[in-house]
Amino acid sequence: MSAPDFLVHDEGDTVGVVVVETVASGAALQGLSMETGQSVTMTALADIPLGHKIALKDLAEGETVLKYGHDIGRIVAAVKAGDHVHVHNMKTKRW
Amino acid sequence: MTALADREFFGYRRANGRVGIRNHVAILPLDDLSNAASEKVANNIDGCLALPHHYGRLQFGEDLELHFRTLIGTGKNPNVAACIVIGIEPGWTQRVVEGIAATGKPVAGFAIEGNGEIKTVADASRRAQAFVQEASEQQRVPCKLSDLWVSTKCGESDTTSGLASCPTVGNLIDKLDPLGATSCFGETSELTGAERVCAERAVSPEIGRKFLDTWQAYMDEVIEPNKTSDLSESQPTKGNIAGGLTTIEEKAFGNLQKIGKSTRFIDVLGPAEAPAQGAGLYFMDTSSAAAECVTLQAAAGFVVHLFPTGQGNVIGNPIEPVIKLTANPRTAREMPEHIDLDCSGILRGEMTLDEAGDALIEVMIRTCNGRLTAAETLKHREFVMTKLYRSA
Repeated sequence: MSAPDFLVHDEGDTVGVVVVETVASGAALQGLSMETGQSVTMTALADIPLGHKIALKDLAEGETVLKYGHDIGRIVAAVKAGDHVHVHNMKTKRW
Repeated sequence: MTALADREFFGYRRANGRVGIRNHVAILPLDDLSNAASEKVANNIDGCLALPHHYGRLQFGEDLELHFRTLIGTGKNPNVAACIVIGIEPGWTQRVVEGIAATGKPVAGFAIEGNGEIKTVADASRRAQAFVQEASEQQRVPCKLSDLWVSTKCGESDTTSGLASCPTVGNLIDKLDPLGATSCFGETSELTGAERVCAERAVSPEIGRKFLDTWQAYMDEVIEPNKTSDLSESQPTKGNIAGGLTTIEEKAFGNLQKIGKSTRFIDVLGPAEAPAQGAGLYFMDTSSAAAECVTLQAAAGFVVHLFPTGQGNVIGNPIEPVIKLTANPRTAREMPEHIDLDCSGILRGEMTLDEAGDALIEVMIRTCNGRLTAAETLKHREFVMTKLYRSA
């Protein structure tokens, strides 16, 4: 396959990371699981900058976000699969 | 191709057996008041390196001990061939001189009170001239990778750090550790969220407990009493957030990739504390601010530093060369003068992690042989003391 648009660290992660410089809302994206080597496809629901996260499934308010196979925080505003996940809809559970 | 265990680099073997990769004559001020004299000496004599800093007066207790440990450790670092110490008064100056002299390297102290700055600078300059000429005759000799003390810390991280540049350092650590290298990671607060996973990477449950106790103490004594928010914009930083990192937990798991997949840490060091358990990976209790952390690691005796960055931290250190790598293609393109290794190919599937780890080993060996890092050519010499609390 060609270079991936986003990467997923671990099986079971609920977010991936965009690794190309521009993802426009509505774009069809090719993702790659770093653990299994399998490809995944998603449609972007927002413009997502390089390095920012894309939701791989619908996530409800209060839900734990998984990356690296681990808890990296909680959703504070519901997101749809394909949405941009960042400080506007996700927060730390620490300090 | 030569097996990694047999690879050599050319370093400076010091009187105490340690190996350096640079040959500095350091002009080390004891205190803030002595910066001016130290810089004058370095200006007079070619080949000297002044290390100005902000502290050293009216410190007390553990904070004072850390100040001495940092100064003495900096002078003892094998990248320093010889050292001049200048202080406002002779007592504490001599304490630093004696600490450095334990290595067997040339060291001399000068005090300003009773002499005035002009005479002090003249006396210190004459000695510095002799030290530089002596150091300039030292020859590099073949050394093994097991002679290397390697530290790591990441900065202005983004999600590409956790995806590729931190794992590249981890790949190097996993390859060097079995050869008997000594290595170090730190950043206590920045392991928050991944602290349990980190503790499981200790060589034993006791060392894992020692790590968790150290982490908890940082939370209880530094973060909790002083925080006014959820640390937004501090940890993660504004740069981290711009790069897509949302929470400290996410940042912590990326950070932890620097210790690889198989290497276990064998002990927990205090700030600037030198390893005492032989070869292996050590955790050091440090701030996650780049210059503070690297200054402490250099003071513990580490001679070469590996620094993954995402958004483009530009840090250097005066005595420990800082090698920078990035996996962020935009940073590699827009800030090339700061980057020693571009591993963004990992994200495009053009380079494997194993290949990136090998490439970093090559850059490290070339740096050890004398190649200047990007930060060295740009004269980045951030030397920043860690202060535990206000002075008396």
